[in-house]
Amino acid sequence: MTDSNSLSDWQKQELASSLSRFPERKKTFTRHGGEEIQRLALPEEIDEEYERQLGFPGRYPFTRGVQPTMHRGRLWTMRQYAGFSTAAESNLRYRYLLEQGTTGLSVAFDLPTQIGYDSDDPMALGEVGKVGVAIDTLADMEVLFQEIPLGEISTSMTINSPAIVLLAMYIVVAEKQGVATDQLRGTIQNDVLKEYVARGTYIFPPRPSLRLITNIFQWCGTHAPLFNTISISGYHIREAGSTAAQEVGLTLANGITYVQTALDAGLELDQFARRLAFFFNASSNLLEEVAKFRAARRLWARIMKNRFEARNPASQMLRFHSQTAGSSLTAQQVDNNIVRVTIQALAAVLGGTQSLHTNSRDEALGLPTEDSVRTALRTQQIIAHESGIAETIDPLAGSYYIEQLTDQIELEAEELIATIEEAGGVVAAIENGLIQRRIEESAYQYQLEVEQGERVIVGVNKFQESAEERPPLHRVDPAVEDEQVGRLAAVRAGRDNVEVDRLLAELKMAAQSGEDNLMEPILAAVRAYASLGEICLVLREVFGEYRD
Amino acid sequence: MKTDELLTGLRNRDPRAIGRIISQVENNGPQCRAILAALDPAAMDSTLVLGITGPPGAGKSTLTGCLIRHLRGQGSRLGIIAVDPSSPISGGALLGDRIRIMDHALDPDVIVRSMASRGRLGGLCATAGAVVRVLAAAGCEVILIETVGVGQSEMDIVRLADLTLMVMAPGFGDDIQAMKAGLLEVTDLLVANKGDQPGSEALCLEMSAAFRDRSRADGIERVIQTVAAQNKGTSTLMNQINTLNARHLEIGIRATRRQQSQEIETLDWCLELLRPQLLAAIRGHEQPLDPRLRAEQLITDRDHDRQQQPQ
Amino acid sequence: MSTTTPHRVLIAKPGLDGHDRGAKFIARALRDHGFEVIYTGIRRSPEEIAAAAIQEDVAAIGLSSLSGAHLRLFPAVLTALKNQGAGDIPVLGGGVIPDEDIKTLLAAGLHAIFTPGTPAATIIEAFRAACQTGSHSDSDD
Repeated sequence: MTDSNSLSDWQKQELASSLSRFPERKKTFTRHGGEEIQRLALPEEIDEEYERQLGFPGRYPFTRGVQPTMHRGRLWTMRQYAGFSTAAESNLRYRYLLEQGTTGLSVAFDLPTQIGYDSDDPMALGEVGKVGVAIDTLADMEVLFQEIPLGEISTSMTINSPAIVLLAMYIVVAEKQGVATDQLRGTIQNDVLKEYVARGTYIFPPRPSLRLITNIFQWCGTHAPLFNTISISGYHIREAGSTAAQEVGLTLANGITYVQTALDAGLELDQFARRLAFFFNASSNLLEEVAKFRAARRLWARIMKNRFEARNPASQMLRFHSQTAGSSLTAQQVDNNIVRVTIQALAAVLGGTQSLHTNSRDEALGLPTEDSVRTALRTQQIIAHESGIAETIDPLAGSYYIEQLTDQIELEAEELIATIEEAGGVVAAIENGLIQRRIEESAYQYQLEVEQGERVIVGVNKFQESAEERPPLHRVDPAVEDEQVGRLAAVRAGRDNVEVDRLLAELKMAAQSGEDNLMEPILAAVRAYASLGEICLVLREVFGEYRD
Repeated sequence: MKTDELLTGLRNRDPRAIGRIISQVENNGPQCRAILAALDPAAMDSTLVLGITGPPGAGKSTLTGCLIRHLRGQGSRLGIIAVDPSSPISGGALLGDRIRIMDHALDPDVIVRSMASRGRLGGLCATAGAVVRVLAAAGCEVILIETVGVGQSEMDIVRLADLTLMVMAPGFGDDIQAMKAGLLEVTDLLVANKGDQPGSEALCLEMSAAFRDRSRADGIERVIQTVAAQNKGTSTLMNQINTLNARHLEIGIRATRRQQSQEIETLDWCLELLRPQLLAAIRGHEQPLDPRLRAEQLITDRDHDRQQQPQ
Repeated sequence: MSTTTPHRVLIAKPGLDGHDRGAKFIARALRDHGFEVIYTGIRRSPEEIAAAAIQEDVAAIGLSSLSGAHLRLFPAVLTALKNQGAGDIPVLGGGVIPDEDIKTLLAAGLHAIFTPGTPAATIIEAFRAACQTGSHSDSDD
C-alpha cells in the first residue's frame, strides 16, 4: 500500500508548488454555516488501483484534472464565441463582452474567410459576414482588435485551413500595438483533420495541410511559446453525429497524427506538445459527458507517456475548451434551450474544463441577439459563483457509475483508435471514408431514434405547443457584403502592389520547396496587406485543392 | 416533351433532352421503344467505352476525375455513368459518386449520369447498354462507366466495356486475393494508384505477375502506377489505354467483345420479356417435381403447345 | 422491368457551409423510403446544382443551408434552373430559416421550406408530392 506516501508526495510537490505560485481564489471555501469544503475528496484507502486509474489532480494520469487546485485556483475562462458582419461591428461586440465579464475572446470568422476566399470572390456570394466576421486583409484585423489590449487578453480564433495567415495577421496587429509576440496568449483551432470528416472548411489536401500545421508548431515553439498552436477538436465530430466515445477516439487519433507528423519533421516533443489544446462538445447527457472528459484526459496522458515517451507532465496533459452542443438546441420553445445549456455547462465544469462557451437560446433560429448572449454568459457565472461545484475538485469521482463509464468510454475510444491505425492511420481512413462512415452511421441511428420517438426532445417530438411566437432575431444587413467588398478594393488601391506581387512570388517559391517554413513569407505578405484570398490562391496553386 | 422533340434535342446536344431520354430508357418508359429505334447504331463505331472498377478507397473516383481532365484537355466529349447499388429493402439508392465529378458540372461536354443497380433481373447490362448507346448518339466519344464495390454489377460493366480498368492501391491485399479468382481475369489494365505510398512497388510486382502471359504475348505493359491525388501518371495511363485499344481493334478483339455484349444483352431482354409468361406457366403448373426438372418440363410443354397451335 | 420506377431526387448544399449532417440524414431517409438520391456534396454553386439536376433528370431538388445565406442562394438556384430551361423542377429547401424568410422564399418560387425539428416523415411526403406534381408525372406521348 502506497497510501500516505503518494498523497503526501502530491501535497508536497504538485499542490504546494501550485499554491505558492497561484493561491486559491479564497483562503477557505465554506458551506453556509462555516464548515470548510474539502479541496479533494478521497477514498479512505488510496490503493494502487486508485492511483493507476485516478491519481491526483495535476498528476499523471490526470483523470481528476490537469491542475492541482482546478477551479478553486482559477475559474475556467468564460469565452464566448462571437463575430459577425464587419470587423468594426465585431469589435463592438467584443468590447461589450469584455465589459460584461468575459475573460477571453473567441473570434468567429465568416465562411469565405475560413475557406480562404476574399469577400469579392464569386464563391463568397451571400456568405460574407454571415456566420462570423469577414477578414480580407491586415486592415480588417486592425479594426477587429481596435482598443483591445492584446497583451492582456487571450484570444481564440476558430480558423483551420488558413490558420497560418490569420495567425500572422494577429501577430502583426500585436506588433503594431507594441505587444511582443512571446507575450501573446490564445489559441488557433488549426485542426484540419476534423474538417475533412465533420466541419467541411478544408482547402488543401491532408498532407500539405499537415505541413502548414507543423510549420506553425515550429515557428511558435520559438517565437510565441505561450500561444496554443492547435485546438484538436472533437466538438464538430460530435455535432456531426458521433457518439461520446467516438468523439474521444477520433479526436485523440487526430492528436496522435499531429504529434507524429511534427516528430517526423524533426521537432522536439516537449517543444510543441505542451501547446496542444483540445476542444470538446458538452452535450445534455450529463453523466456520460463528465465520464467522457475524464476518459479523454486519462487516455491522452497514457498515449503521450507510453507511446511518445513524453516525460514532461505538461506534455501529457489534455487541456480543453468546451462548448455546449449547438445541435441540441431547438427552434421550438427556445427558452428551453437555456435549461439545456445549463445542464451541458454543468457537465463541462464537472468534467474539469479549462474554458467554456455557452450557446445562446436563439441559435437554432439564427445569429444570437445581444440579450441571449448575455444570458448564456450569466449561466456560466451562476455555475461558477452560486452552484458550488467549482469549490471542490472532481466531485463525481468515486461514483460507481461515473468510474465504470469513464473506463468504458476510454476502452471504446482506444478500440476505435486501433481500428483507424489498422486501416493505415487517420489520413488513409479519411481518404477511404472509414471515419466519415462511422460518424454518419451514428448520426443516422440517433436521428431515427428521435424520429421514432424513442428519444424524447422536449418541445420537438413531445410536449409540443402550437402557434409559438418566435423571438426577435439578430440579422446581418445584406449591405455588409458590398461594404466589405468596397473596403477590400480600397486596400488594394492603397497598397504597393508591386511589392505584394513580389512577396507572393517568394511565398510561392517557399511553398514549392517543400522544406521551408512558410510562416515568415506569410508574415511578410500580410504586412504588405496581401489579402487572405491572394495568399491562399498561391497555396492552392502549389498544394492543390481537396475534394470530398 | 414529345418523342420527336426529344430526338431533336438529342441531336442538338440539349442536356435536358439527353437527361429525359436516359430516364425513358432506364425506366422502360412509354417513349423507350421509339427512342431506341431512332438511335443510329453507327454512333458507337467511334466511341470508346471504358469500365472502371476497384474497391472503395482505392481512388477510383479521383482517377476518373484525372481521366476526365485529361480527355477534356484533348477536346473529347465525354459521358460518365456512375453506378451505385440499390437498397434491396427499400429499392432506393444513394448515389454519391457524383461528388468528385461535380467540378465538371458546368462543362457542356461532360455528361454525368448516376445509375442505381435497381436489382434488375436481367442485370444492369440490360439498361446500361442502352444508356451507353444514347450517350454515343449524344456525341460522346469516350464513355466511362464507374462502379463501386464488387459483385454482379461489376461483371456487368466488364461485359459492356471495350476495356476494363481495375484501380488498386497499397493496403488492399485482401481485396486482391478475392479478385484474383474472377475479376482480374477480365481486367485489361491494372491501375496501381497511390504510387507514392509504401507498398506500391510490391503491388505492381504482384500484379505484373498476374498479367505476365498477356503482356509477353503483345509487349503491352498492363500495370500502370498513378498518383491520382496529384494527377500523376494519367497520360501514361491514357497512352496504354490507347495502345491496347488500337491493338484490340486491329486483331478483332473489340468487335468480338461488342458482339458478345450484344448477344448477352439480347438474351437478358429475351428472359426479361418472357418472364411474365413463364411465371404464369409456372404458377399454373403445380407439380411435385424438382425445380430443374419442372423447368425442362415447362419448356417441352411450351414447344409442344406451339407446334399444336397454328399461327 | 420493375413494377414501379423510383423517384429520382437531387440533394445539394449551395454555398460554403459544410454542416451536412441534416442533408445526409434526409438523403439517407429518402433512400430508405425508396427514392434514388443523388447527393452533390458540399460547396456547390447554384449553376452547378441546376446543371446536375438536368443531367440526372431528377423530379425534385432539395437544398440545405445553415449559414444564413439562404435568401441569396435558394432563389439563385431557381434562376439557374430557369436559365437552363428547367424552371419546372420543384425545389425544396431546409435549414435555419426564420419565419419571415420562409414567406419570402415561398413567394420566390420555392416549393416548400423546412426548419430544424420538422419530422423526416413530413419531409419525405413533401418530396413524394413534389415528384408527383412536377412534369415527371406526365405520361408523355
